[in-house]
Amino acid sequence: MPPVTTTEGPETKNAGAGGGPESASRVWKYVLRSVGSRRLFLSWLALPLSAVAALIIGALLILAFGANPLTGYHALVSGAFGGSYALASTAQKAVPLALVAVGICIAVRANVWNIGGEGQIVTGALAGTATALALPNLPTIVLLPLVLIASALAGAFWAGIAGFFKAYFNVNEILSTIMLNLVAVQVMNYLLSGPLVNKSQSFAVTGLIPQTKLLSQHAWLPTIVSGTQLNLGVVIAIAVAIAVYFLLWRTGFGFRIRAVGFSREAASYAGMPVKRTMMNAMFLSGACCGIAGAVLVFGSISHRMVTDGSLTGFTGNDGFNGIVVALFGGLNPLWSILSAYLFGGLLVGGTAMQAAIGVPTDLVTTIEGLVVVLVVSMEYLRRRARIHEEADEVEKGADRRTGLLKLTRARA
Amino acid sequence: MSHFFTYAVLTATVASAIQYSTPFLMAALGETVGQRSGVLNLGVDGIMLLGAFGCYYVALETNNAALGVLVGIAIGAVLGLITAFMSVTLKAQQGISGIGIFIFGLGLSDLLFVKLVGTPVPVSRLHPWAIPLLSRIPAIGRMFFKQNVLVYIAFLMVPAIAFVLYRTNYGTKVLAVGENPAAADSLGISVARIRYSTVIFGSAMAGLAGATLLLLDGIFQQDLTQSAGFIAVALVYFGAWRPAGVMSGSLLYGIVTAVVLQWKSLGIIPLSAADLAATAPAVITVLALVALAGRFKQPAQLGKPYVRGA
Repeated sequence: MPPVTTTEGPETKNAGAGGGPESASRVWKYVLRSVGSRRLFLSWLALPLSAVAALIIGALLILAFGANPLTGYHALVSGAFGGSYALASTAQKAVPLALVAVGICIAVRANVWNIGGEGQIVTGALAGTATALALPNLPTIVLLPLVLIASALAGAFWAGIAGFFKAYFNVNEILSTIMLNLVAVQVMNYLLSGPLVNKSQSFAVTGLIPQTKLLSQHAWLPTIVSGTQLNLGVVIAIAVAIAVYFLLWRTGFGFRIRAVGFSREAASYAGMPVKRTMMNAMFLSGACCGIAGAVLVFGSISHRMVTDGSLTGFTGNDGFNGIVVALFGGLNPLWSILSAYLFGGLLVGGTAMQAAIGVPTDLVTTIEGLVVVLVVSMEYLRRRARIHEEADEVEKGADRRTGLLKLTRARA
Repeated sequence: MSHFFTYAVLTATVASAIQYSTPFLMAALGETVGQRSGVLNLGVDGIMLLGAFGCYYVALETNNAALGVLVGIAIGAVLGLITAFMSVTLKAQQGISGIGIFIFGLGLSDLLFVKLVGTPVPVSRLHPWAIPLLSRIPAIGRMFFKQNVLVYIAFLMVPAIAFVLYRTNYGTKVLAVGENPAAADSLGISVARIRYSTVIFGSAMAGLAGATLLLLDGIFQQDLTQSAGFIAVALVYFGAWRPAGVMSGSLLYGIVTAVVLQWKSLGIIPLSAADLAATAPAVITVLALVALAGRFKQPAQLGKPYVRGA
């Protein structure tokens, strides 16, 4: 489970300090001290406990519908993690979630809330699709990167609008990104009912869902495990997550993002370009979501961009689910990979659960909402526990941490 | 275009614009009160969805729309209590806890709909109630005074809430808690109690808004609100946290929506561009947010939990 401290926790810091038996005893002391208080409970178990509590409420709902929650959850778990095919499907589902979550991490670290994942996925997918439709004959080695870059840029542009308004006009970014979601979906409906549509598709036939023609095979994400759906998207998601982790914690740019997120005033006083940093964070965040859009289209089974016209459309609500994933991953790109896998399993297994006990997959959405509610509610208790912990350490004169570490821990 | 500027079409457009703006107005008024006390409740959309479903289910089972509306309000109030507990007592990050409530409401409303109802059956909608005399005024009567009773309630709430906020003891406390909770606290005003009351009121209004939205068409469906709750929150910013401003924002939104629909049905907007035209309300909202940003001061403590002595 993701720890509360997002970089090195105090115990790893202590362990790394001395080496040999001395460090081992330090770790031991830390564990002993933790057990004696609520600290361990709150800081390490808060996230898993939130998930368990949400699942228990979900089980009560299943009971209320007269079904057996154990049968349901068993079907869910085996549908998500039972066997190599299920594991691969879950990984496949986790890819866009992880990409969106990584994007959310960047924005939230700068204290900008990007709720526009949905819109950025849509614009990213549209740009990638348009690229593949325009240049179908380029070889894979050229076309695929081009598609991904186009998607990233489009997603970045869409988030950048909100970022620009936030930075220079102080427009609430939560509201502007939500509005931009609505706009993006309508633009998609327009493009998929006109310019980008499959001309051979007959609209006279009722019930036909607007879609593009089969996209160039050169832009398909290659399958990496034969016999499953697992494709290159997994590699892309992990690479992006690692890159963002290094960006945030090992570069000056990442430091500025986190400093701005921690305190705009302090960052400004230190001479950092606060507005530009906020905008750039939003830009990068949107780029990740845009890539998620490309992965959703070019890694799909149909290899077309399809819309059913509803708000959740082909995105499957991933723009919102990614927020849940990022929160559950402690707003850390690397933990977000694991978190995405768990939530991907929840979504994949939800279908199996529906088949087994007849409770619709909306239950999974409900549980996700509860997870968010519980995680943010526990945050205050966690923060209090951490303040006590820091007070203890300062008292013992053990405060050797650098400003950077303090900063990251306070923001976590 | 000439078809649009006829007496019948124009009055019908205005009348439906007022109808469309009603749910937004209700939700936005409730949110205004909450935000004036310093609490940003972003769960409005989820509360609207659950309120709408509650109203739909009760109206379907009992064939009594009024009872359905009351249930919608009650559901909103319960969710408001939960929201207040999170943002006031547990001091949770308000933006994101609201998103949690939204996702919860989105999932649970459809879950309950699929399990308890399944096939969508329309419930009886609210009939317009013509106000005697006023509804006889040419044009104006048809536009404003032949609406259903919830529309009148929503628009009467505007002066009522303005009166409570600016002219009563309670309203002054609400404003004080939103601007300077420490000072209010030192004068013996319970910050928590005020914020609980405003958030519960605001959420009950969101539940009412959901019920109103439902009764426009009488059918529940997945994601019925289509982000209406978020738009309502945007309208609070648009209206600069004043009831009258919020009302003008809601009316503008309703008018743009009604005009776009009317133009579409008259063929003024070609069918191929209908989807693009449907972005108009959202685009206008964003532009309005940009144009108005910084002109008006938001409640000083908006979104910040109050910790005594911090």
